[in-house]
Amino acid sequence: MSFLLQRILLEPRLVLELNNEQLNQLLSQARSARLLASLAHQLQHEAVDSQLSTTVSRHLQSAILIHEKQKKDLAYDIEKIKLVLDSISERLVLLKGAAYMLAELPVGRGRLITDIDILVPQQRIDEVEKAFKKNGWKSGYINNYNERYYRNWSHEIPPLTNGARGTTLDVHHNILPPTARPNINSNLFFDRLIEVKPGIFTLSWQDMVIHSATHLFHEGEFHHGLRDLWDMDRMLRDFPGRDPQFWEGLVSRAQELELQVSLFHGLSYTQQLFGTPLPEGIVEHTGNRSKSLHKPVMDFLFSRAFRPDHPQCKLPYTDLALGILYVRSHLLRMPLYLLLPHLARKAWMRLFEADGHSHESPKNKEI
Amino acid sequence: MRLLRHLATDDFKQRLASGELPIRVGPYIYNVQSNLPTVAAGIATLYADFRIAEPGDFVDYNVAIVHSGLLQRMQSKAKFLFDKRSPFNAIPAEQAYAFLEWGMNWCVSVHANEYLKLHAAAVSRGDRAIIMPGIPGAGKSTLCAALGLSGWRILSDEHAMIRPYTTQIIPLCRPVSLKNESIAVIKSFSSDAIFGPVSKETHKGVVAHMKADLQADCHDTQHLQASEMVFPRYARDEPQRLSPRRRTDSFILAAYHSFNYSLLCEAGFEAMKALIENVDCFDLVYHDLDWAVSAVNELPDRPSGL
Repeated sequence: MSFLLQRILLEPRLVLELNNEQLNQLLSQARSARLLASLAHQLQHEAVDSQLSTTVSRHLQSAILIHEKQKKDLAYDIEKIKLVLDSISERLVLLKGAAYMLAELPVGRGRLITDIDILVPQQRIDEVEKAFKKNGWKSGYINNYNERYYRNWSHEIPPLTNGARGTTLDVHHNILPPTARPNINSNLFFDRLIEVKPGIFTLSWQDMVIHSATHLFHEGEFHHGLRDLWDMDRMLRDFPGRDPQFWEGLVSRAQELELQVSLFHGLSYTQQLFGTPLPEGIVEHTGNRSKSLHKPVMDFLFSRAFRPDHPQCKLPYTDLALGILYVRSHLLRMPLYLLLPHLARKAWMRLFEADGHSHESPKNKEI
Repeated sequence: MRLLRHLATDDFKQRLASGELPIRVGPYIYNVQSNLPTVAAGIATLYADFRIAEPGDFVDYNVAIVHSGLLQRMQSKAKFLFDKRSPFNAIPAEQAYAFLEWGMNWCVSVHANEYLKLHAAAVSRGDRAIIMPGIPGAGKSTLCAALGLSGWRILSDEHAMIRPYTTQIIPLCRPVSLKNESIAVIKSFSSDAIFGPVSKETHKGVVAHMKADLQADCHDTQHLQASEMVFPRYARDEPQRLSPRRRTDSFILAAYHSFNYSLLCEAGFEAMKALIENVDCFDLVYHDLDWAVSAVNELPDRPSGL
């Protein structure tokens, strides 16, 4: 069952047939999914934005301005971050949104970010943190429990904030927590980096897709689920043109990283939602080798998660599905003997402690 | 053209509860929803003369302030929703009205960028339109309310929206937010002031909103030409003065008090330059509101030449 935002992202011209009420719904859905600037970009690309009334197009234009500003700020912040890493002779490896935007990939067009994610070798994480703290970055306030959680069980350190600019930096030493199944050897990523600008690296095209899928299917909350699938769609349409061996190596790379289950889900749902062109049989090929025997159950859950967080898009049992996925993500992240006390503690903090939970604050994001 | 006060009470309440109350505010339409009686009372009082949009019109901002769920009811909390999602934490239900107004400000602060938005009050009378930027506590809302009660048209007490590269102000008239002592100051300034619900113990103390559309043309959407920029500052122990201010300083201060000067990048600079070059700038230091109003009334006609 398709929804408005999905239809218009794929076929921008259809926007001209919408009435005002539908246009309002479209913009609401796009904002909720953090895809307003991406939508604006799609409409601009097909030159249909100029045919909309200015009462509507001003919102699209505004989203593009926000995206453009983020891009400028990103370029500046990256320069500063690079200087810090240079000082300890470590390479700058960008992940996710920052990588897409700085590498000027199509997936970065209209992409909005809330923070900058970087990857550093696990063995240097302490040095890296010290170097940033020496150069004007500091850990925001988090309570002791969350601090311990980050240090012991997470694949990143508590987010750093630049004192002068307010930029948030997430420093990762892996793409999944050490307690997760599978346990990923993050050194594998460093063997295949791509230098997109002098001294600035991203994961390889294949690893970028695999990381995006992994992030998505291990994530417990789906505010950005649809946006992440849109990212995958954009990458899967773009990367084969950059690397003729892209498809051939994708599945085996995922197997090497033990992330084929995530890739399988990623490919199949991206195709399902956005009609992404995939080579014949690749989904089955990934799927056969995966342990995913629960496809109908997963379809039930994810078809609900990958809709904008908006009442008009809600299918029956959405809350149940999101609840199950939340628990699933934690089960993937840590064994039960760690998980149960953790979830109990989170619930307690959410109910009774002011700093236990806060929406949309990158410094207090759900862990 | 239908005004909110033309709706029958039951119709109004039903529309507000079900989220079918599209209110025209300057160039925008807010669709407002609430199931809280205090919010209904506030809107009925403060938005009585606002225009209701037609069913087929494009809604810019869907806002709501509601109890949602049993837990929130038990804790007597409410949530502000934008596009049906909550960007903020729940707040005490008795502060709901103030949060609705803040939320409505937030919609424009965060989502509108077709104008250069200054954090400023703006008023007009005759062919004069004055922008009054100020940090919180500078007394811009108090002065704005007093001017509104003295025959000036209130264009906004929060966002002075300037069409880039011009001096055109786009009116965005909504209730004036008054805090703490200024509520009593305005009540004693004029018995004509009409207030909405009082929200106590907010992060800004006691807050009450004053009906802002006191002139017949308050809801005209036609732009006005800014003629002056006045920087008000309430100071109990300083001599009162209205004095010309250098354009260069004014530029920096107005840019600092802008919501999107930096977001607009070069366009922001050019827009601010076009504005500042064509308005006269003044400092207004005051502690007596009557004096401040007459000082604004008597602003010199001649360009100050700075």
